[in-house]
Amino acid sequence: MLKWNAREFTVATVLAILWLGLAVFAPDFFSPQPLLSRLTSSAPKLLVACGIALVILTRNIDISVGSLYAVASVAAGHASHVAPTPVVIVAVAIVTGLGGGVINGFLVATLRLPSIVVTLATMVTWRESLRLGQQGVFINLPDNTQWFSLSMVGGQWAIVLAALGVLTVLAWAQKNLAAGRHLHAVGSDPEAARLAGISPGRATFAAFGLCGTLTGLAAALNIAQSPQIDPNTGRLLELEAVAAAVVAGFAVSGGRGRLLTLLPATLLLVSISPALTYLGAKPYWDKAVHGAIILTAVMADGLRRPKRQCRSQAT
Amino acid sequence: MTSALLQLVGIKKTFGAVTALNGVSFDLRPGEVHALLGGNGAGKSTLIKVITGAHPSDAGTMAVGGHPIARLTPAMARSLGIACIYQQPALFPDLTVTENIGLRLESTSPFRRVRHRERRRLAASLLRQVGAGFSGETGVHDLSMPQQQLVEIACAIGAGAKILIMDEPTASLTQPEQELLFGVVDHLRRNGSGIIYISHRLEEIFRIADRVTVLRDGESVVTRDLTRTGSAEGTAIGQGFDEADLIHWMVGRHLERTSVAIPAAGAPDRLTVHGLGCEISGVHDITFAVRAGEIVGLTGLVGAGRTELARILFGLTPADTGEIRLDGIPVTISSPEEAIALGIGYLPEDRRRHGIILDLSVAQNISMSVHTRLFPGGWLRPDAEQTLAEHYIHRLGIKTAGTSAEVATLSGGNQQKVAMARWLAANPRVLILDEPTQGVDVGAKSEIHRHIRSLVDQGLAVLLISSELPEILALSHRIGVMRSGTLTALFEGHPSAAQLMRAALGNLEPGDPPC
Repeated sequence: MLKWNAREFTVATVLAILWLGLAVFAPDFFSPQPLLSRLTSSAPKLLVACGIALVILTRNIDISVGSLYAVASVAAGHASHVAPTPVVIVAVAIVTGLGGGVINGFLVATLRLPSIVVTLATMVTWRESLRLGQQGVFINLPDNTQWFSLSMVGGQWAIVLAALGVLTVLAWAQKNLAAGRHLHAVGSDPEAARLAGISPGRATFAAFGLCGTLTGLAAALNIAQSPQIDPNTGRLLELEAVAAAVVAGFAVSGGRGRLLTLLPATLLLVSISPALTYLGAKPYWDKAVHGAIILTAVMADGLRRPKRQCRSQAT
Repeated sequence: MTSALLQLVGIKKTFGAVTALNGVSFDLRPGEVHALLGGNGAGKSTLIKVITGAHPSDAGTMAVGGHPIARLTPAMARSLGIACIYQQPALFPDLTVTENIGLRLESTSPFRRVRHRERRRLAASLLRQVGAGFSGETGVHDLSMPQQQLVEIACAIGAGAKILIMDEPTASLTQPEQELLFGVVDHLRRNGSGIIYISHRLEEIFRIADRVTVLRDGESVVTRDLTRTGSAEGTAIGQGFDEADLIHWMVGRHLERTSVAIPAAGAPDRLTVHGLGCEISGVHDITFAVRAGEIVGLTGLVGAGRTELARILFGLTPADTGEIRLDGIPVTISSPEEAIALGIGYLPEDRRRHGIILDLSVAQNISMSVHTRLFPGGWLRPDAEQTLAEHYIHRLGIKTAGTSAEVATLSGGNQQKVAMARWLAANPRVLILDEPTQGVDVGAKSEIHRHIRSLVDQGLAVLLISSELPEILALSHRIGVMRSGTLTALFEGHPSAAQLMRAALGNLEPGDPPC
């Protein structure tokens, strides 16, 4: 049933070429342990990209995810001292994320405020509250919680598989649940969706709620990887996530994009820095190449978009 | 007689399959008010767009001040002194009057210096010329609609306009405001400007015009003079015609009921509306009923409140007074979802914007309003969706590459059929069709008409909103006419097109049924 539309195919091809080049010129890139570590550290980014992509699908944006990610991490860190079990940490991170998403959703969908302003405000609010409350102090996690109390390799596999599992479920839901269709309809044309009996407010609210939840889960997958939590974590995460969504073909004007494409898009973006290192390029090139890929993706969208001429009507 | 300011001969314009202008001839002399009259869709707006250079004409010649113009652009039209005052003034509300006038009249080069004193002086003198009673320092958002129109006129005069087009300038004005406007028009006329005056109010034509041209179906039907000698103060007499003749010219002779639908008398009332009103949409005191198996046509001029009524019935702008009953049971409708759940469907006016979702496929568009029924538990069932889409593609004869084709790739008529299929799939009790054949070609139009008839044969109640009198006359069992936000007449039986036009213009005669 999987239909390879142009964007999925293009991103996967570029990724394949990059990896092929690495396999020939820098076979070290694929030695198992570093590769698994890289995939593990990319897993949270994939989930946040999923969340932002869902919001973009409804013609909105959520730039508060980076701050929310930090809040969820810190909240989970404090909870771990009360009840030092992985389940509690994951649950607290997810609930915190959901809370942040619901606040954004309420402001955007219910009060109909512009999402760029709302999430800019919540971004600053979360980040500054955290600075005030935490004063930049790192939180040490109880020993038994790192890697979800598994071995390191076991924990890494658990994180990668969890992210892949969530992506698969969401991609499946996007295609097979009426709710997925509703997100596309609302993002494509909110008024037309309303006239068809679909509530744009409900769909938008759900997208923000899911985005927050995924951000919380991503924070949980991240803090399991280290013995302590940096309260400044998640800076510029929203940019990486938006970049992944744009490369994956999510139209900023809403209504278009497939969640599954986020997998090759995220892998492509996280492979660039190590690729440059392995190929001996100066690290300064890293951001430039990132920027070039994003620009190329946006330009491809602009060129590919069907020309929709408004046909004038006789009056 | 001096040479004409503007001379149009045999102007033609088509949009795709739709002919908007089919050989219009029109001229404007200096110092005259030339009224342009015609029903909805007669081609008035298109003609204005040709004169202002917004649309190039397909055929015909145009001369301004005696010089033939080959291909008019909006910039050329402005430099030739052609200006149009629209119903909705296009001013910047956050700037002052002086700033607005300056923006219109001064160079648009970004690096020029603004000479504030000169600008203020110019604005003040122009405002004086149009008799404006407010200062140039007033913010535009503080001005009333007619005051904003005065600013527009001031801009036009400042630009040296000799040909002024006024599109229903009095539509939103009160009586004293109208008098003020007429004074300005008179002043312009005496200064040798030519004014093309568009209005639906016949009494205004007699009040202000020197000549009148009637458009119908994209053709100029007649041009007649009016004279002021021997008439009452402030009005003119038509040279060999009166209001009834104007109405007759507007509707034409051929527009009688073509195929009389069989009345559904005796069938139960499906939708009953009593004293319905909604403050924000300007609709009030609507009372009527649609029986099962009946088409009630709803006509009126643009802005009479027909679409607003449909939006109330569909829960988009919920009613704040009155009562709606479905099959005798009182209902409240506060959202489209509730309307759909109650069995009301609404095919909106602006198909490309609202009727379909262009990013989705034909099948996805058709299933859009029946998700809960077709997909229990929210699980998409592609097979069921496919079957449903194929059924309606076959039944309505939708020409498409397949069920998964993007609906954006279909022609206008076929997109409209997709939008209709969506509502047929919802299996409604009441279907509201708002301009269902607007912008579709003749073939698709007659097909859509056939489908509407077969729907009511199956017991559906249809409320048909249309500006096209032939469409209303051909399909409706009963016909309601709206004017200024309320239902002014409800015709049982067989009204003539002239009767409908009279009601729409507010010139009811004895024998016309009041509502």
